[in-house]
Amino acid sequence: MKCSEFLQELTNYLDGVIDDRTKAELEDHLAWCHNCYVVCDTTKKTIEIYRDSRLYELPEDLRSRLRSAIVSKCHAKKRGPESV
Amino acid sequence: MSTIQPKVSAPVSDELALVQAAKGGDVGAFEELVRRYDRNVFRIAQHITQNREDAEDVVQEAFLKAYGNLNQFQGQSKFYTWLVRIAVNEALMKLRRRRPERTVSLDEEVKTEEDSLPREVADWSPNPEQQYSQAELRDILTRTIQGLPASFRTVFVLRDVEGLSTEETAEALDLSIPAVKSRLLRARLQLRERLSRYFQRRESANGKMRHDSGDGNQ
Repeated sequence: MKCSEFLQELTNYLDGVIDDRTKAELEDHLAWCHNCYVVCDTTKKTIEIYRDSRLYELPEDLRSRLRSAIVSKCHAKKRGPESV
Repeated sequence: MSTIQPKVSAPVSDELALVQAAKGGDVGAFEELVRRYDRNVFRIAQHITQNREDAEDVVQEAFLKAYGNLNQFQGQSKFYTWLVRIAVNEALMKLRRRRPERTVSLDEEVKTEEDSLPREVADWSPNPEQQYSQAELRDILTRTIQGLPASFRTVFVLRDVEGLSTEETAEALDLSIPAVKSRLLRARLQLRERLSRYFQRRESANGKMRHDSGDGNQ
Protein backbone atom coordinates (compact mmCIF):
# COMPACT_ATOMS: atom_id res chain seq x y z
CA MET A 1 0.00 0.00 0.00
CA LYS A 2 1.26 3.47 -0.91
CA CYS A 3 1.14 6.40 1.49
CA SER A 4 -1.35 8.14 -0.83
CA GLU A 5 -3.66 5.11 -0.67
CA PHE A 6 -3.37 5.12 3.08
CA LEU A 7 -4.37 8.79 3.20
CA GLN A 8 -7.41 8.12 1.02
CA GLU A 9 -8.65 5.62 3.56
CA LEU A 10 -7.67 7.62 6.63
CA THR A 11 -11.12 9.04 7.32
CA ASN A 12 -12.83 5.67 6.98
CA TYR A 13 -10.17 4.14 9.19
CA LEU A 14 -10.50 6.75 11.95
CA ASP A 15 -14.27 6.50 11.80
CA GLY A 16 -14.12 2.73 12.04
CA VAL A 17 -16.14 2.22 8.85
CA ILE A 18 -13.88 -0.12 6.98
CA ASP A 19 -13.85 -3.81 6.14
CA ASP A 20 -11.51 -6.14 8.02
CA ARG A 21 -9.26 -6.79 5.06
CA THR A 22 -8.63 -3.11 4.28
CA LYS A 23 -8.16 -2.45 7.98
CA ALA A 24 -5.48 -5.13 8.16
CA GLU A 25 -3.71 -3.64 5.12
CA LEU A 26 -3.80 -0.18 6.67
CA GLU A 27 -2.46 -1.42 9.97
CA ASP A 28 0.27 -3.32 8.18
CA HIS A 29 1.23 -0.05 6.47
CA LEU A 30 1.13 1.81 9.80
CA ALA A 31 3.42 -0.74 11.36
CA TRP A 32 6.34 0.19 9.14
CA CYS A 33 5.55 3.68 7.79
CA HIS A 34 6.38 6.10 10.56
CA ASN A 35 5.19 9.14 8.61
CA CYS A 36 1.73 7.71 8.06
CA TYR A 37 1.62 6.61 11.69
CA VAL A 38 2.33 10.19 12.78
CA VAL A 39 -0.19 11.67 10.35
CA CYS A 40 -2.82 9.21 11.52
CA ASP A 41 -2.10 9.79 15.20
CA THR A 42 -1.99 13.58 14.97
CA THR A 43 -5.15 13.68 12.84
CA LYS A 44 -6.89 11.70 15.53
CA LYS A 45 -5.59 14.14 18.15
CA THR A 46 -6.77 17.06 16.02
CA ILE A 47 -10.30 15.68 16.04
CA GLU A 48 -10.21 14.98 19.77
CA ILE A 49 -8.85 18.42 20.63
CA TYR A 50 -11.61 20.14 18.66
CA ARG A 51 -14.25 17.84 20.06
CA ASP A 52 -13.17 18.57 23.62
CA SER A 53 -12.42 22.24 23.08
CA ARG A 54 -15.84 23.67 23.95
CA LEU A 55 -15.34 26.49 21.47
CA TYR A 56 -18.27 28.85 21.16
CA GLU A 57 -20.17 27.81 24.26
CA LEU A 58 -23.47 29.66 24.53
CA PRO A 59 -23.39 31.71 27.77
CA GLU A 60 -26.40 31.05 30.01
CA ASP A 61 -27.58 34.67 30.11
CA LEU A 62 -27.51 34.97 26.33
CA ARG A 63 -29.11 31.56 26.09
CA SER A 64 -32.13 32.52 28.15
CA ARG A 65 -32.44 35.84 26.33
CA LEU A 66 -32.50 34.09 22.96
CA ARG A 67 -34.92 31.46 24.18
CA SER A 68 -37.34 34.09 25.56
CA ALA A 69 -37.21 35.95 22.26
CA ILE A 70 -37.87 32.77 20.28
CA VAL A 71 -40.73 31.66 22.53
CA SER A 72 -42.45 35.03 22.50
CA LYS A 73 -42.22 35.18 18.70
CA CYS A 74 -43.65 31.66 18.50
CA HIS A 75 -46.61 32.79 20.65
CA ALA A 76 -47.05 35.79 18.37
CA LYS A 77 -47.05 33.56 15.28
CA LYS A 78 -49.59 31.29 16.91
CA ARG A 79 -51.94 34.18 17.54
CA GLY A 80 -51.63 35.23 13.94
CA PRO A 81 -50.48 38.49 12.39
CA GLU A 82 -53.73 40.38 13.03
CA SER A 83 -53.40 40.08 16.80
CA VAL A 84 -49.71 40.94 16.99
CA MET B 1 -4.57 2.63 16.79
CA SER B 2 -8.11 2.97 18.09
CA THR B 3 -10.81 4.70 16.11
CA ILE B 4 -12.67 7.88 16.99
CA GLN B 5 -15.84 7.16 18.91
CA PRO B 6 -18.84 9.27 17.95
CA LYS B 7 -20.53 11.40 20.59
CA VAL B 8 -23.62 9.87 22.11
CA SER B 9 -26.54 11.50 20.37
CA ALA B 10 -29.38 13.11 22.24
CA PRO B 11 -32.33 10.89 23.20
CA VAL B 12 -34.84 10.86 20.38
CA SER B 13 -37.50 8.62 21.87
CA ASP B 14 -39.75 11.44 23.02
CA GLU B 15 -38.60 13.86 20.37
CA LEU B 16 -41.25 12.99 17.86
CA ALA B 17 -43.90 13.49 20.54
CA LEU B 18 -42.51 16.97 21.21
CA VAL B 19 -42.55 17.76 17.50
CA GLN B 20 -46.13 16.52 17.20
CA ALA B 21 -47.20 18.62 20.20
CA ALA B 22 -45.44 21.67 18.77
CA LYS B 23 -47.16 21.13 15.43
CA GLY B 24 -50.43 21.21 17.34
CA GLY B 25 -49.52 24.63 18.72
CA ASP B 26 -47.87 23.65 22.03
CA VAL B 27 -45.16 26.31 22.33
CA GLY B 28 -43.92 24.71 25.56
CA ALA B 29 -43.07 21.55 23.61
CA PHE B 30 -41.21 23.62 21.04
CA GLU B 31 -39.37 25.42 23.84
CA GLU B 32 -38.11 22.03 25.02
CA LEU B 33 -36.71 21.40 21.52
CA VAL B 34 -35.02 24.81 21.64
CA ARG B 35 -33.52 23.93 25.02
CA ARG B 36 -32.22 20.68 23.60
CA TYR B 37 -30.47 22.10 20.56
CA ASP B 38 -29.81 25.82 21.02
CA ARG B 39 -26.20 25.28 22.10
CA ASN B 40 -25.49 23.13 19.06
CA VAL B 41 -27.11 25.57 16.65
CA PHE B 42 -25.17 28.45 18.18
CA ARG B 43 -21.87 26.59 17.89
CA ILE B 44 -22.50 25.58 14.28
CA ALA B 45 -23.61 29.10 13.37
CA GLN B 46 -20.60 30.71 14.94
CA HIS B 47 -18.24 28.29 13.26
CA ILE B 48 -19.76 29.12 9.88
CA THR B 49 -20.32 32.86 10.24
CA GLN B 50 -17.29 33.50 12.47
CA ASN B 51 -19.28 36.30 14.01
CA ARG B 52 -21.03 36.30 17.36
CA GLU B 53 -23.92 38.62 16.45
CA ASP B 54 -24.62 36.70 13.29
CA ALA B 55 -24.63 33.48 15.27
CA GLU B 56 -27.18 34.92 17.70
CA ASP B 57 -29.38 35.93 14.77
CA VAL B 58 -29.02 32.49 13.21
CA VAL B 59 -30.19 30.81 16.42
CA GLN B 60 -33.34 32.92 16.47
CA GLU B 61 -34.03 32.73 12.77
CA ALA B 62 -33.40 29.00 12.49
CA PHE B 63 -35.73 28.12 15.35
CA LEU B 64 -38.43 30.50 14.16
CA LYS B 65 -38.19 29.13 10.65
CA ALA B 66 -38.37 25.60 12.01
CA TYR B 67 -41.43 26.53 14.08
CA GLY B 68 -43.12 28.14 11.11
CA ASN B 69 -42.43 25.14 8.90
CA LEU B 70 -43.01 22.29 11.33
CA ASN B 71 -45.73 20.92 9.09
CA GLN B 72 -43.12 20.28 6.43
CA PHE B 73 -41.13 18.11 8.80
CA GLN B 74 -42.20 14.62 7.87
CA GLY B 75 -40.23 12.70 10.44
CA GLN B 76 -38.15 10.71 7.94
CA SER B 77 -35.02 12.27 9.37
CA LYS B 78 -34.24 13.30 12.92
CA PHE B 79 -35.62 16.69 13.92
CA TYR B 80 -32.08 17.76 14.76
CA THR B 81 -30.78 16.98 11.25
CA TRP B 82 -33.68 18.94 9.77
CA LEU B 83 -32.98 21.85 12.13
CA VAL B 84 -29.26 21.82 11.29
CA ARG B 85 -30.09 22.05 7.63
CA ILE B 86 -32.14 25.19 8.26
CA ALA B 87 -29.45 26.66 10.53
CA VAL B 88 -26.63 26.00 8.05
CA ASN B 89 -28.59 27.74 5.29
CA GLU B 90 -29.27 30.74 7.51
CA ALA B 91 -25.62 30.89 8.53
CA LEU B 92 -24.38 30.70 4.95
CA MET B 93 -26.73 33.51 3.99
CA LYS B 94 -25.24 35.66 6.76
CA LEU B 95 -21.75 34.82 5.58
CA ARG B 96 -22.57 35.73 1.99
CA ARG B 97 -24.08 39.02 3.08
CA ARG B 98 -21.04 39.88 5.13
CA ARG B 99 -18.55 38.82 2.45
CA PRO B 100 -20.24 39.50 -0.86
CA GLU B 101 -16.89 39.63 -2.59
CA ARG B 102 -16.38 35.94 -1.95
CA THR B 103 -18.83 33.41 -3.23
CA VAL B 104 -19.64 31.01 -0.46
CA SER B 105 -21.03 27.68 -1.43
CA LEU B 106 -20.93 24.21 -0.02
CA ASP B 107 -20.69 22.91 -3.55
CA GLU B 108 -17.53 24.78 -4.36
CA GLU B 109 -15.18 22.43 -6.13
CA VAL B 110 -11.89 21.87 -4.54
CA LYS B 111 -9.10 22.55 -6.97
CA THR B 112 -6.60 19.84 -6.34
CA GLU B 113 -5.73 17.37 -3.68
CA GLU B 114 -2.41 19.09 -3.16
CA ASP B 115 -3.89 21.44 -0.59
CA SER B 116 -4.40 18.61 1.87
CA LEU B 117 -1.29 16.53 1.45
CA PRO B 118 0.70 16.38 4.67
CA ARG B 119 3.96 18.28 4.66
CA GLU B 120 4.75 18.48 8.35
CA VAL B 121 4.95 15.04 9.83
CA ALA B 122 6.76 15.79 13.05
CA ASP B 123 5.19 14.01 15.97
CA TRP B 124 3.33 16.05 18.56
CA SER B 125 4.05 16.39 22.24
CA PRO B 126 2.23 13.80 24.34
CA ASN B 127 -0.35 16.31 25.66
CA PRO B 128 -0.01 19.19 23.22
CA GLU B 129 -3.00 21.10 24.52
CA GLN B 130 -1.35 21.36 27.95
CA GLN B 131 1.48 23.47 26.55
CA TYR B 132 -0.90 26.40 26.34
CA SER B 133 -3.29 28.19 28.66
CA GLN B 134 -6.98 27.64 27.98
CA ALA B 135 -7.27 31.09 26.44
CA GLU B 136 -4.24 30.53 24.21
CA LEU B 137 -5.50 27.13 23.13
CA ARG B 138 -8.93 28.54 22.33
CA ASP B 139 -7.30 31.25 20.26
CA ILE B 140 -5.13 28.75 18.36
CA LEU B 141 -8.08 26.45 17.63
CA THR B 142 -10.34 29.31 16.58
CA ARG B 143 -7.81 30.91 14.26
CA THR B 144 -6.88 27.56 12.78
CA ILE B 145 -10.40 26.47 11.91
CA GLN B 146 -11.27 29.95 10.63
CA GLY B 147 -8.58 29.53 8.01
CA LEU B 148 -10.43 26.65 6.36
CA PRO B 149 -12.81 27.24 3.45
CA ALA B 150 -16.44 27.43 4.64
CA SER B 151 -17.31 24.15 2.92
CA PHE B 152 -14.61 22.23 4.79
CA ARG B 153 -15.25 23.99 8.08
CA THR B 154 -18.92 23.18 7.99
CA VAL B 155 -18.43 19.48 7.26
CA PHE B 156 -15.78 19.19 9.99
CA VAL B 157 -17.97 20.90 12.56
CA LEU B 158 -21.02 18.78 11.82
CA ARG B 159 -19.15 15.49 11.70
CA ASP B 160 -16.38 15.85 14.23
CA VAL B 161 -17.56 18.49 16.67
CA GLU B 162 -21.30 17.88 16.67
CA GLY B 163 -21.06 14.16 16.03
CA LEU B 164 -23.52 13.86 13.12
CA SER B 165 -23.06 10.73 11.02
CA THR B 166 -21.78 10.98 7.46
CA GLU B 167 -25.32 10.31 6.20
CA GLU B 168 -26.86 12.97 8.46
CA THR B 169 -24.19 15.47 7.43
CA ALA B 170 -24.87 14.73 3.76
CA GLU B 171 -28.58 15.23 4.33
CA ALA B 172 -28.14 18.43 6.35
CA LEU B 173 -25.83 19.95 3.74
CA ASP B 174 -27.50 18.51 0.67
CA LEU B 175 -24.23 16.91 -0.41
CA SER B 176 -23.49 13.39 -1.59
CA ILE B 177 -21.82 10.99 0.82
CA PRO B 178 -18.56 10.91 -1.21
CA ALA B 179 -18.52 14.73 -1.20
CA VAL B 180 -18.89 14.77 2.60
CA LYS B 181 -16.12 12.20 2.99
CA SER B 182 -13.76 14.02 0.68
CA ARG B 183 -14.32 17.38 2.39
CA LEU B 184 -13.96 15.81 5.80
CA LEU B 185 -10.66 14.18 4.92
CA ARG B 186 -9.28 17.44 3.60
CA ALA B 187 -10.59 19.44 6.54
CA ARG B 188 -9.03 17.02 9.02
CA LEU B 189 -5.69 16.96 7.20
CA GLN B 190 -5.53 20.72 6.80
CA LEU B 191 -6.35 21.33 10.46
CA ARG B 192 -3.77 18.74 11.48
CA GLU B 193 -1.17 20.40 9.31
CA ARG B 194 -1.85 23.84 10.73
CA LEU B 195 -1.99 22.67 14.34
CA SER B 196 1.36 20.92 13.90
CA ARG B 197 3.02 24.32 14.00
CA TYR B 198 1.87 24.72 17.59
CA PHE B 199 1.87 21.18 18.87
CA GLN B 200 4.88 19.44 17.42
CA ARG B 201 7.47 17.97 19.70
CA ARG B 202 10.14 20.65 19.91
CA GLU B 203 13.23 18.53 20.08
CA SER B 204 12.41 16.23 17.16
CA ALA B 205 13.64 16.81 13.65
CA ASN B 206 10.95 17.46 11.07
CA GLY B 207 9.96 14.53 8.99
CA LYS B 208 8.90 15.22 5.44
CA MET B 209 6.17 13.29 3.78
CA ARG B 210 7.06 11.81 0.44
CA HIS B 211 4.21 11.64 -1.99
CA ASP B 212 6.15 10.46 -4.97
CA SER B 213 7.91 7.52 -3.51
CA GLY B 214 5.67 4.64 -4.48
CA ASP B 215 5.37 2.40 -1.45
CA GLY B 216 8.19 4.31 0.21
CA ASN B 217 9.62 1.09 1.46
CA GLN B 218 13.13 1.43 0.20
